[in-house]
Amino acid sequence: MSATTITITSGKGGVGKTTTTANLAVALALSGCKVVCIDGDIGLRNLDVVLGLENRIVYDLVDAVEGRCRLRQAMIRDKRVPELYLIPAAQTRDKSAVSPSDMVRLVDELREEVDYILIDSPAGIERGFRNAIAPADQVIVVTNPEVSAVRDADRIIGLVEAEEKGPARLIINRLNPSMIKRGDMLTSEDVLELLAVQLIGVVPEDEAVIISTNKGYPVALDGKSRAGQAFHRIAQRLRGKEVPMESFSEKEDFFSKISRIWRSGGE
Amino acid sequence: MLTSKASLVQIKGIRDGLLITFGEGEWSELVSYLLNQIERDRGFFKGARVALDVGNHILHPAELGALRNSFSEFGITLWAVISNSPTTERTAQDFGLATRLSPVKTERTIRETDTHMLGEPAILVQRTLRSGYRVEYPGHVVVIGDVNPGAEIVASGSIVVWGKLRGVVHAGAEGDEDAVVCALEMIPTQLRISGVVSVSLRRQGKPVPEIARIESGQVIVEPWVYKEGGK
Repeated sequence: MSATTITITSGKGGVGKTTTTANLAVALALSGCKVVCIDGDIGLRNLDVVLGLENRIVYDLVDAVEGRCRLRQAMIRDKRVPELYLIPAAQTRDKSAVSPSDMVRLVDELREEVDYILIDSPAGIERGFRNAIAPADQVIVVTNPEVSAVRDADRIIGLVEAEEKGPARLIINRLNPSMIKRGDMLTSEDVLELLAVQLIGVVPEDEAVIISTNKGYPVALDGKSRAGQAFHRIAQRLRGKEVPMESFSEKEDFFSKISRIWRSGGE
Repeated sequence: MLTSKASLVQIKGIRDGLLITFGEGEWSELVSYLLNQIERDRGFFKGARVALDVGNHILHPAELGALRNSFSEFGITLWAVISNSPTTERTAQDFGLATRLSPVKTERTIRETDTHMLGEPAILVQRTLRSGYRVEYPGHVVVIGDVNPGAEIVASGSIVVWGKLRGVVHAGAEGDEDAVVCALEMIPTQLRISGVVSVSLRRQGKPVPEIARIESGQVIVEPWVYKEGGK
């Protein structure tokens, strides 16, 4: 068994990296994979909260790197799913506590034991980002359909290419279909036209995500919500399955509707 | 002809401008010696076209880039690097520099220039420039790919983008008002030619290739149309 290491990053903060990491980890674990997720956001940890494992932290990533515990001891098992583990970040330290080579060493130690290692990158392009992508086999960039998030995603994709970790794949998170129908939001086509990378999934905006984050119960766990289902489809694509891409962005105005009806009727 | 005491760095005039020959020694020392020479004779070097003969020195891209930047601060254009090392030659080519001096022209070759265009220094960038990338070059810049918002190109000559231009471009950065900017799709964040700045308007309809130039002190942008016999 040799794990695939996937780093989830974005450049801009607040686009949903941690939510994405948590839900992909849950979805992969539910489909029978053994998954470890690592919180790379030392000093501002969140992944433990989103996964609802906050009160079970004894040792963290920095303890493992500095040799205060064995790596196994820093791995918290999520009991709701068969094989899901979290290595939490330290809250009382900062990004400089760990180096890119520490991360590579740590991930290499895990590779033989699991199927997937997901690393939640912090926002920004500094040390924390470099730590997070150093051990990556694949990189997923999360963005929102907003100009500022797309701009940062573009920068990150360039940096990932420069680190020879590319080509990065893209998740468009928090797409609002009704705003797109009104023409008030960038469509996934608009985003892809600029970024020119492979899209691996689109996650619709969904109140269930906020509720589940507050409860520490990732939406992918029950899979009923629209966002939860989207994360399951992305997990399938990560495992190499062909899953058709959801389309939330059909912009069908009066004229295109008429022309479609006319075309289908005329054939 | 300026020659150093120890012949570390020789500078002589050739038909194509100046040829600077580096002797043996520590690269960084040779460079600082050369830059001191230039500093002392600023007036003589300003506007010069310079070729370097680096002999056996192996130049890293960073070293060559740093030297070229120092030159451009003095108004010197680096156009060629001659080297005994294939690695250095490749580095120079990556910077869009020549690696051979043009052969001495005879009567016949002079006649040929009537029908053959004389080259000017230019760099070809064959990739999309994403946010955060910056290309700066003392000559023309040609990009095959897009220039995304947040990317920047600064050229002393013209800029050609075979793709969508959405970033910031500055052509004729050293004051050349004849410099132009062309792109298949012209929607720059900001476009500057020489000292004139313009911001693109949001346009409707199908994009067409366009060319921007200075006309009576303003940047004008026109659709590119092929005209018989050139512009």
